[in-house]
Amino acid sequence: MNAGAAPLLEIVDLVRYFPVRNAFGRRTGWIRAVDGLSLAVWPGETLGLVGESGCGKSTLGKTVMGIYTPTAGDIRFAGREIGHLPARARRAVARDLQYVYQDPGASLDPRWKVVHSLHEPLKIHTRLSRPEREREVGAILAAVGLPDAHLDLYPHELSGGQQRRVGLARILTLRPRMVILDEPTSGLDVSVQASVLKLFRSMQEAFALTYVFISHDLAVVRAMCARIAVMYLGTIVELGDTAAVFETPRHPYTRSLLAAVPRIGGRRVTLDFVLEGEPPSPRDVPSGCRFRTRCPLVQDVCAMEEPPLREVDGRAVACHFA
Amino acid sequence: MPELLSVRGLSVDFVTDGGVAQVLDGISLDVGPGEVVGLVGESGCGKTTLARAILGILPTGATRIRGGEVRFKGADLLREDPGAVNDRVRGRAITFIPQDPYTSFSPVFSVQTQIMDLMKWKSPRAGHGGAARSSFRRYPRERRRADRDAVLETLRAVQIPEPTRALRRLPHEFSGGQRQRLMIAMALLPQPDLIIADEPTTALDVTIQAQILRLLRTLVKERGVSVLFTTHDLGTAHEICDRVVVMYAGQEMEAAPADAFFARPAHPYTRRLLASVPSPGGEIRDIPGDVPSLIAPPPGCRFHPRCEYATAECREGRPPPRVLAPGHGVRCHHPVDAPMGADG
Repeated sequence: MNAGAAPLLEIVDLVRYFPVRNAFGRRTGWIRAVDGLSLAVWPGETLGLVGESGCGKSTLGKTVMGIYTPTAGDIRFAGREIGHLPARARRAVARDLQYVYQDPGASLDPRWKVVHSLHEPLKIHTRLSRPEREREVGAILAAVGLPDAHLDLYPHELSGGQQRRVGLARILTLRPRMVILDEPTSGLDVSVQASVLKLFRSMQEAFALTYVFISHDLAVVRAMCARIAVMYLGTIVELGDTAAVFETPRHPYTRSLLAAVPRIGGRRVTLDFVLEGEPPSPRDVPSGCRFRTRCPLVQDVCAMEEPPLREVDGRAVACHFA
Repeated sequence: MPELLSVRGLSVDFVTDGGVAQVLDGISLDVGPGEVVGLVGESGCGKTTLARAILGILPTGATRIRGGEVRFKGADLLREDPGAVNDRVRGRAITFIPQDPYTSFSPVFSVQTQIMDLMKWKSPRAGHGGAARSSFRRYPRERRRADRDAVLETLRAVQIPEPTRALRRLPHEFSGGQRQRLMIAMALLPQPDLIIADEPTTALDVTIQAQILRLLRTLVKERGVSVLFTTHDLGTAHEICDRVVVMYAGQEMEAAPADAFFARPAHPYTRRLLASVPSPGGEIRDIPGDVPSLIAPPPGCRFHPRCEYATAECREGRPPPRVLAPGHGVRCHHPVDAPMGADG
């Protein structure tokens, strides 16, 4: 993929553990939320990051954003190591790398008019004069499809969808190069979800954005992302072109995950669904292959050796039997 | 087939600071014996209000039932003596599975305490009699023992490992999927005729959702229990339902057997809703416009401001029910007669 071009974001052997403490504050173990994960994101692409809750996908996003510091490993953004920067230098990176929470509208200050919220990032990160800022804000507002008149409104005077657009406009005023979207459509109705996804797409075209799209909704990821990374208990088990992964999943976990998604109009998937049980706790990661406790293909070797992510069929798969 | 539950022209208003919201506007809906009916619609369309109206647990202060009836086994639950409904119907003949398995248990009592408290009043072996009058009534040891056996058996049926030990644990020691299994067990224990399940898999991952849906469908089919299953997720409805009813802004738009509903939907809203599910090809289509306010809803068919087929008569009055095929009804002046996907 994009041979020759450098990846915009490169994650190498990233580890993020959280300590588990007992009532006396003594550490009794670690939650291995992200555990030796490597990943590259290319300029202009949309990379999907999927997995069940607790697999570490949000921790990964937040560690890249600098909300958590990495326990070990490197994060390179545009060729520069950003995982261990001092706070001031880290803040400068935020211009180029932005993070969208589940509901960007909810991050607006209810006491601020829209105009105030949209000017704030520009005041912090740029030295633009007031007229320049106004021009910039106007352009962004038009791009997300809101009239100028909305600048003088407070968030509560807007509908939920409009708040969401303002929240997104606020992130785009800095013209970031990469945006991490963390479950941007969970809890939305399908028709609203469709409008939000369309908006993300048009923003990507207008501002040449690179997206990391974190979601547990496989149908949405399939529609939005060219490449997809499947996570299980803190590591990537399969990574490749979305169409190929959806058509011929090679990792048994990917297969089970895809088999669980209802297909409207087809046979009921629950009739054939086989995956039993729930993911183990990230406090207590199984030895060897992490998926072995639920895997239909499990053999002795799976408990002994952790399968590395290796090239199979034009994609990366971490399974002894792929 | 005589219907088990038959809602006719039910209208419910909520009194709010901003005015009176007409949350349900003349809803009609049927659930037959042993049938799993999906109630599909977007948030705010009134599906939870309808579920609660059937159970008779709408908040009393701010809601007004404007008209209609809820016939369950022939009796109108809205006009029955509330004490009798509480004693014989609610929690017994009709039980409930809530959406959120995380907040529906008390965190401070063991699962056993909470399930046995339910069984004390609602077990099929418990006699009838006003609960309020006899809230200090003893729980006879023999019945308690029989009820406990039934609980263990049901926990095995919902695949809770080691049920005897599980009962002693506190709710937080169970995962979300396990807690939803416990909720299903509690809904089955009174041996109901109808279970109302309010988005029971929304909070779960797809793999767990698939397990729970399969379990629920197997159990209710084995026991011949009817289910009214509300969901905003069309895929979930496709997995579990025999019949689907779609609601929009407090009105029912279309009701059809599941196959016909997904293959040949007739109502323009149903078709737009199905088309807004992301397709594998990456095509995304939304529904232009916004869901109307329920305080000043559009007259006639409430979907008409967003409908591409709308004409003057859509504004004048609500379209009468029209039967397209056995079991397939639609309330629209301009139903579409084409398979899904044919109108582009």
